Amino acid sequence: MDISIFDVVGPVMIGPSSSHTAGAARLAKTARIIVKDEIAHVSFRLHGSFAKTGKGHGTDKALVAGALGLSADDESLADSFRLAAKQGISFDFSEEEMENVHENTVKMVFTMKDGSRNEVVGSSIGGGQIKITEINGFVMDMNLQLPTIVIEQYDKKGIVTEVSGIMAEHDLNIANMKLVRRSKGDVACCIIETDDFIPEEIEKSIMESKNVISARVINV
Amino acid sequence: MYNSIEELVRDAEERHLSLWQVILENECRLTQKTQKEVFKRLDERYEVMQKSAKKALEKPQESVGNLITGTAFQQQLYSNNRDSLCGFELNHIMAMALSASEVNASMGKICAAPTAGSCGILPAVLIGVSEKYWLDKRTTLQGLLTASGIGTIIVKNATVSGAEGGCQAECGVAAAMAAAAAVEMRNGSPRMAAHATAIALMNCMGLVCDPIAGLVQVPCAQRNASQAINAMLSADLALAGMKSVIPPDEVVEAMYKVGKKLPVEFKETALGGLAATPTGKKIKENLYQQA
Repeated sequence: MDISIFDVVGPVMIGPSSSHTAGAARLAKTARIIVKDEIAHVSFRLHGSFAKTGKGHGTDKALVAGALGLSADDESLADSFRLAAKQGISFDFSEEEMENVHENTVKMVFTMKDGSRNEVVGSSIGGGQIKITEINGFVMDMNLQLPTIVIEQYDKKGIVTEVSGIMAEHDLNIANMKLVRRSKGDVACCIIETDDFIPEEIEKSIMESKNVISARVINV
Repeated sequence: MYNSIEELVRDAEERHLSLWQVILENECRLTQKTQKEVFKRLDERYEVMQKSAKKALEKPQESVGNLITGTAFQQQLYSNNRDSLCGFELNHIMAMALSASEVNASMGKICAAPTAGSCGILPAVLIGVSEKYWLDKRTTLQGLLTASGIGTIIVKNATVSGAEGGCQAECGVAAAMAAAAAVEMRNGSPRMAAHATAIALMNCMGLVCDPIAGLVQVPCAQRNASQAINAMLSADLALAGMKSVIPPDEVVEAMYKVGKKLPVEFKETALGGLAATPTGKKIKENLYQQA
């Protein structure tokens, strides 16, 4: 048997729905890690089943909780609106039809305290599993089953070697590496999955490269 | 190595082990964890299960629509009544299954088993059996192992998703898992546990998923209560010696095929069954007007 018993009896989560509550919280929490800086406001644009049945499943509360950094099994999840107000983070919800996306998809538009904006799109694909499909216009398919690093970088020669060198210095084995670009020679987004836990200090080492704009570690 | 209920039972029989021992061995090999680590994690999950099965017995839990709020509390009061038809133990088990459902609906903490919508069945049976026979924690966690192991086989060979297989795949599988656990907790043989699994699935073959207004409340809570009892009676039938005429793996396959063939209206879309009744639709309308 190649399925763990804890995939069947689990996850431990806040109800009522693994896709509409637990998955939603995970999506927003992941997006928060990706955008990292101080958040002032989040616009949640809901598609499909998230828009239609989200309310009855607490999808709204779960998304806000995730954006505050709460986990899917945190009992203060139901109280997230109040917690957000306390932290001075505002939010709004709207419906948006998106093309070629999963039924449970949300676009999260973060306005940061410095006025800049970040956009993350993701889907809750069942049983609490999620995938991130877009970060600031970079289209991808990131399922976060493994510890992941997301690097925004200038599309220059040698940068991949440089980054993989840093990974090796930290004794990390690269399981998968994927590069997405918006156009040639512009900015690229590099997604690296590893077999082992990634220490957050690696962000700093990677940022030292002059061709790197940002680096984010997401340990699942 | 096993990929079916038959393979699991044979392995246990040949080596004179219980199902939970074979399942534990497999889990340790698969995840590279020690038996102690696996039991620790089981204990953590069982803690969450216990809390969810008890919380709403003490205090009704508010939820969107409040369709089931207070039902666990009421059932627990009734279970103390010596004149109840099913007796104290079964009524108490139903109350605990309702409690976990209420906690889930109210955005409380639960452990999916195998899903959030069916999270009351396994805890209610594990706790009910261990309370009745004064079983120690270790024996109860062994029951949880048996149930989880049966669950992995059904996940692999069929489905536990309501959207794919209807309620029989969620609450029905939870009952099948719990039935096997109850048999082993009562020292039944691996073969008996397998028959209990098959009988529980037989008893609810074709059960549709038709949540009113799309909420995980009605009939989910009632199905949690009734499938917990299904698990208990299936375990008793198997312990008495009843065999499933159809081999357990074939019953699992039949359940999967029935699930595939169910129209989409009966698979978590809230478009058929109770959800499509005049009253069901009215509840939905009222809910969204408030929103």
